[in-house]
Amino acid sequence: MSDLWLHPSLILLLGALLLPLLPERLRKGWLLLIPILTFARIVALAKGTFGVVHFLQFTLTFGRVDALSSVFAYIMGLMCILGTLYGLHVKRAVEHSVAWTYVAGSLGAIFAGDLLTLFLFWELMAFSSVFLIWFRGREQSLATGYRYLLVHVAGGVALLAGIILHYHATGSLAFNLFDVHHPDLAAWLIMTGFILNAAVPPLHAWLPDAYGEATFNGSVFMCAFTTKTAVYALIRGFAGLEILTVLGVIMALYGVVYAVLENDSRRLLAYHIISQVGYMVAAVGLGTELAINGAVAHAFAHILYKGLLFMGCGSVLFMTGKSKFTDLGGLYAKMPWTFAFTLIGGLSISAFPLFSGFVSKSMIVQAGFEEHKLWVGFLLMLASAGTFLHTGLKVPYFIWFGKNHCAKETWERAAEPPWNMIAAMAVTSFLCIFIGCYTPYLYRMLPYPVDYEPYTSYHVSETLQILLFTAVGFFLLIKKLEPEAKISLDLDWPYRIGGRAFLWLAKKPVQFIDTFVGEIYRVGGLVPLMVTARLSAVFDNSVIDGAVDGFANAFRSLGGRLRSAQRGALQESLTVAFGLGAVLVLLLVLFLNVFAR
Amino acid sequence: MKLLALIEFLRRHLRTVVILCLALLVLLLLVDAVPAIVDKHHAHTKPEHIPGFWAGFGFVACVLIVYVSKWFGHAGIMQREDYYDE
Repeated sequence: MSDLWLHPSLILLLGALLLPLLPERLRKGWLLLIPILTFARIVALAKGTFGVVHFLQFTLTFGRVDALSSVFAYIMGLMCILGTLYGLHVKRAVEHSVAWTYVAGSLGAIFAGDLLTLFLFWELMAFSSVFLIWFRGREQSLATGYRYLLVHVAGGVALLAGIILHYHATGSLAFNLFDVHHPDLAAWLIMTGFILNAAVPPLHAWLPDAYGEATFNGSVFMCAFTTKTAVYALIRGFAGLEILTVLGVIMALYGVVYAVLENDSRRLLAYHIISQVGYMVAAVGLGTELAINGAVAHAFAHILYKGLLFMGCGSVLFMTGKSKFTDLGGLYAKMPWTFAFTLIGGLSISAFPLFSGFVSKSMIVQAGFEEHKLWVGFLLMLASAGTFLHTGLKVPYFIWFGKNHCAKETWERAAEPPWNMIAAMAVTSFLCIFIGCYTPYLYRMLPYPVDYEPYTSYHVSETLQILLFTAVGFFLLIKKLEPEAKISLDLDWPYRIGGRAFLWLAKKPVQFIDTFVGEIYRVGGLVPLMVTARLSAVFDNSVIDGAVDGFANAFRSLGGRLRSAQRGALQESLTVAFGLGAVLVLLLVLFLNVFAR
Repeated sequence: MKLLALIEFLRRHLRTVVILCLALLVLLLLVDAVPAIVDKHHAHTKPEHIPGFWAGFGFVACVLIVYVSKWFGHAGIMQREDYYDE
């Protein structure tokens, strides 16, 4: 083991810190260089355990490199390159910095060998990604960001509580498979933290809320990292936990139902993340070698095709300023290449033969059938039909064809996006097709040896029948599928309305009680108080005043000095605090790594 | 802009495209019924051996998803866009 083990996250964090300091003409090169260096570092990592640090009574492991973490880190690193290329023209450096910090969090969590390190990077992800929502800059972005943060902090608290209980019970922080046959309270709490990030209902409503509101390239990052890091953590900690199969199948169908109702293209894609992650969660629950291979392969393929879909809809948003079907339509004449790339994403997620989803999703369905859980197999097949219905047909049709709802201004603004966005979409499209056509590329990276052949005549025939006859249904029912300018209530309703109820409670009854108690004091306490007051006034005037005035003067001058340093805007303060936090984390990691044996 | 020309060419000949697609669907069902081409020993359950089983499954799934979701949405889940505004 070498003295210095360079953590890939460290490259990204350093790159993120230095980026705003660079002169503008060097930034584009830096934006291309850092993700490529990170990716190269990930590919070059030797298997083994590195960056082991003894800190207080804990043993922290920053670098557990094995088959499972390698493949996840590989795809995260690749997506970082593609996502950065896609947003290359974005001028505000700090937008790139938070995106990279977010990816660094994800990589850190993936390589973490203990629960404390995992938690540290887990929270880094939540606190950096929220800025990708806030940078959208709309009035509602602020509220959405806070909701996102609150939900993730709640999940983080569950995770931390679980970690503490687990440490108390076992005396170890090592992050390995929990006892899935007899999970204790600690395991349940940790799992709750994980499934919240994986957006498993009923803990899912943050996802469409956030991903529909983030910046055009922010969503490209967000759709890849949070949920798939959670899938990684679930595989590592809870493979074979049976309830996950049930939850996964529910997820797969839940996303499909809401996607029918959705009018915003990016929220529709977000609901399909829930649906697709459902396949992975179900596979984790099955827990067999084929199922785990399927979950990993599907996560890998999913990151690419979902990134591509968000790039396509993000391009429409970036160019026209619109993302709702009721504001779009007929755009094929203006953005044909964006249409073609989005369609490739749609065919990949739908698991068309020769596209990436075909070689990954089918492993999970096959694993369900092999475990003789027919209901898993058939219900996941049902969700597949829904996936093609929406992402393969509804999204391309109602944006690029269908009735033209574009306002005059939208239509005039519509055009193909800048070259870097096209390039990112073209490379991602190529990868989606490459994975679908040349299976060894993906299969060789999977954690278990692969004894599975997706291209059998039966499987191809089965898939083509389901998908093409779903298309028949789509065109027959197209009137029914016309988008409606409505929103769908989801399980964020309790906390969105609950928050309002809390405010009402604070305003009305609490204020009433406060006034009431005040009144009692005034009547019942006033007379005795006056007497006491007169007596104490003498003491007060002579003794206390002197001391208090001294303190007050000291505080006032301190307050004055602080006031000049404080700018008032909450987000700015948070940015500064967050930046400082990032620097501290960075220094800690650097320090610990350098001095690790 | 060759891609645009292709899309417009296909749109001009929409009738032919639709007929070709329908022919493809029929061909798919016919091929599924020939055991020499589609080897069904990979099937997991009995009903899958019926030719065109998955075609029926796909179509019914599509109709089911659309109707159930729309019913669910119109049962009170879909609301005005300003629902959450105060």
